[in-house]
Amino acid sequence: MSWETLCVVWFLLLGVLLVGYAILDGFDLGVGILHPFAARTDQERRISMNAIGPLWDGNEVWLVTFGGALFAAFPEAYATAFSGFYTAFMLLLLALISRAVSMEFRSKLAAPRWRAFWDWAFFAGSTLAALLFGVAIGNAMLGIALDARGNFVGSLADQLGPYPLLVGLFSVAMMAMHGALYLYLKTEGDFQQRLRTLQWRTFGLFLVLYLLTTIYTLVLVPHAREIFTEHPFAAGVVVLTVLAIANIPRSIFWQKPAQAFASSAASIAGVLTLFGLALFPNLVTASNDPGLSVTVFSAASSERTLEIMLLIAVIGMPFVLAYTGIIYWTFRGKVRLGETSY
Amino acid sequence: MDPVFLSRVQFGLTAGFHYIFPPLTIGMSVVLVYLEARFLKSRDPLFEQAARFWTKIFALNFAIGVATGIVLEFQFGTNWATYSRFVGDVFGSALAAEGIFAFFLESGFLAVLVFGWDRVSAGMHFFATLMVSLGGIFSSIWIVVANSWQQTPAGHHIVPMLRDGEQMLVDGAPVLRAEILDFWAMVFNPSTVQRLTHVWLGAFILGGFFIMSISAYYLLRRRHVPFAERSFTGALALATAASLLMLLSGHQQAGAVYDHQPAKLAAFEGHYHSGPAALSLFALPNPEQERLDLNLAVPGGLSFLVTGDFAAPLTGLDRFRPEDRPPVTVPFLSYHLMVALGFFFIGVTLLACLLLWRGKLFQTRWLLWVFVFAVVGPILANETGWIAAEVGRQPWVVYPPLLTGDDGQPLLDAQGRFAYDERLGLRTADAGSSAVSAGEVLGSILGFGAIYLALLAVWLFVLDRKIRHGPDDGTKEPAAGSGVLAAAAARPGHAGSLTEIDTEARP
Repeated sequence: MSWETLCVVWFLLLGVLLVGYAILDGFDLGVGILHPFAARTDQERRISMNAIGPLWDGNEVWLVTFGGALFAAFPEAYATAFSGFYTAFMLLLLALISRAVSMEFRSKLAAPRWRAFWDWAFFAGSTLAALLFGVAIGNAMLGIALDARGNFVGSLADQLGPYPLLVGLFSVAMMAMHGALYLYLKTEGDFQQRLRTLQWRTFGLFLVLYLLTTIYTLVLVPHAREIFTEHPFAAGVVVLTVLAIANIPRSIFWQKPAQAFASSAASIAGVLTLFGLALFPNLVTASNDPGLSVTVFSAASSERTLEIMLLIAVIGMPFVLAYTGIIYWTFRGKVRLGETSY
Repeated sequence: MDPVFLSRVQFGLTAGFHYIFPPLTIGMSVVLVYLEARFLKSRDPLFEQAARFWTKIFALNFAIGVATGIVLEFQFGTNWATYSRFVGDVFGSALAAEGIFAFFLESGFLAVLVFGWDRVSAGMHFFATLMVSLGGIFSSIWIVVANSWQQTPAGHHIVPMLRDGEQMLVDGAPVLRAEILDFWAMVFNPSTVQRLTHVWLGAFILGGFFIMSISAYYLLRRRHVPFAERSFTGALALATAASLLMLLSGHQQAGAVYDHQPAKLAAFEGHYHSGPAALSLFALPNPEQERLDLNLAVPGGLSFLVTGDFAAPLTGLDRFRPEDRPPVTVPFLSYHLMVALGFFFIGVTLLACLLLWRGKLFQTRWLLWVFVFAVVGPILANETGWIAAEVGRQPWVVYPPLLTGDDGQPLLDAQGRFAYDERLGLRTADAGSSAVSAGEVLGSILGFGAIYLALLAVWLFVLDRKIRHGPDDGTKEPAAGSGVLAAAAARPGHAGSLTEIDTEARP
């Protein structure tokens, strides 16, 4: 494989890791976002947390591996993006820490104040994380100001424009919907019935924000319009994404929760694929001068490293998929609270 | 303030806090594997109770380890952008391998370990425990490989970075970076194997002492006695063996540091002036006058340990230019504290083994009290070991080779000092992120500081409650001594909820 091909392959593999992360951690972030709205009693809150209890840790590893793979395959992009979005990343880390420990600590005491505090931390951490992922994607679409060495030269305020915030809200709505569809699969009885309302509401919110984000993106990001001439299959991706989105309300209506969840997962994959197409070949777009953009070719590691990494991925990924399969199979079915639950 | 200095403080804070947990969980996981293997073989319910109890404690420690570990994967990029650009081609692949080979294994099977007791067979549960333990060990391999490569780089070359086929120039100068030549030479760089052994032994000692601490507490309180005696004995075996092996590992390690990073060993030992080196047992470094105050030392001791000859001269800090020398005070003190603690572990575990052999250990209350608090020792030793290793590596973040002549011998300057080939290494001072201001770093330090303090408090609090609750072996906890918070939690109104703590709180 030539070095150029390896660069593109690694761009695709990072895309796979990102899509895997967004679908898997997406639903458990969503369960966190819905936490104050979905569950009313302490028992329901525990069911919510235990619905993701055995899974969230493995889901988050997709993000950690995405970080490691970006570092190894495209060190220049890793350095530019992570130092450029410094404050956003620090907030993201604090949000992920709060979220992780809130699940672990909440059940350890019965005192209502203790539990209310960790409920809040779980909700706030999940929502902030989902928002920041969207803000990051919004900024990636618009580009940020870079110097000749690829270092960010703007300020935090530049990263909080209306468009990134809109994408942030879109991300929150998408994950909330994804979480509602997931939670429906894991619950039963009254609680499950109440989730139906929440499914419709989050879908409505998602749809409105999806349309707004799409229009805003096409107006604001010229490259997002050009993908249809550059890649003829891009139109196909759009059609599939729209079909997947349209299948969500259909499946909710006909009480096919598994299909609804799968459609939501497919629409997340579709939206991120379009994002990837609009970004390529850039990894970090320079808004001040397109020539300064960090591209897959200017950011990549050497041919040998990309080959070694590919070998690692080829050996490792079947194992990863096998573990993931085993874990999801072991914890299939409705949540049952037991001695070892949160 | 200097953003690089602040970034060092932040890295020290986040890595230091995180590093309480990985050795603890790696060490404990070995004990869990042992307990479950014994249960599988004998079906003795006491082993299952023990495994279930220690799994709960393990899960708590693991959760905090995971939560604080994500920070590290991102921090190279956020705070050390120049470093990341320089080393990414080499260092990044070790981190990515850790994600794919270790983290997925660990986090996946952790779910079965913690939540799967009633969902999978005992055999499958044992397998999951084994996989979690292996995952932790794999993770330590890759992270120590990455760190060792910074200390003793190998398997790479430093080349100008290309952009569109041309050398990339910034301000007219080519941008250099490390690129991999030989993956296995990078993985097995000169210090990997020894440092990895050292890290594992440190983990086993901590895991052993942690379990002994809690078990000794039960023995002193006369609660869960059969359980505590078994746990203590198993953990003692692990901790004793690891402490003794650590003596060997530490000795080899010091020799290897002298071979590859003589300035670092000189900082550890306060060896300012080249010549025969004494072995300090206690001293306070005085960097202004380049001497050790209050020095209690074995003359020629260090020379003997490194070369086998009391009179052999060792390279001192005076053979390095001032700008190439590591600081002495912090590495000296942390290294000596670590070594002293290592001897304490050997002494206290051997004494316990002797008393156990004579059948008196569980009646020797003072020694059990020592074990209750001794767990602080291995935590400190693991931390100070890393502090010594990382501060002793300064002023470099990637160690450069010495400049050598055509005959392969080091070139010396007019004062007879070594010089490094600077272009092939990276100074810590040059490794930061130019896009990040001191204020931003300070803000994030305050954020991490606050949240880690809170985490530490909650961790200790929840740990304390789990310990008071104890294993479910059918014995009742005495009502006294469970504390105000437990009494509050036991208020009748909440007795109906379903948490595990309720089995304790329910009237």
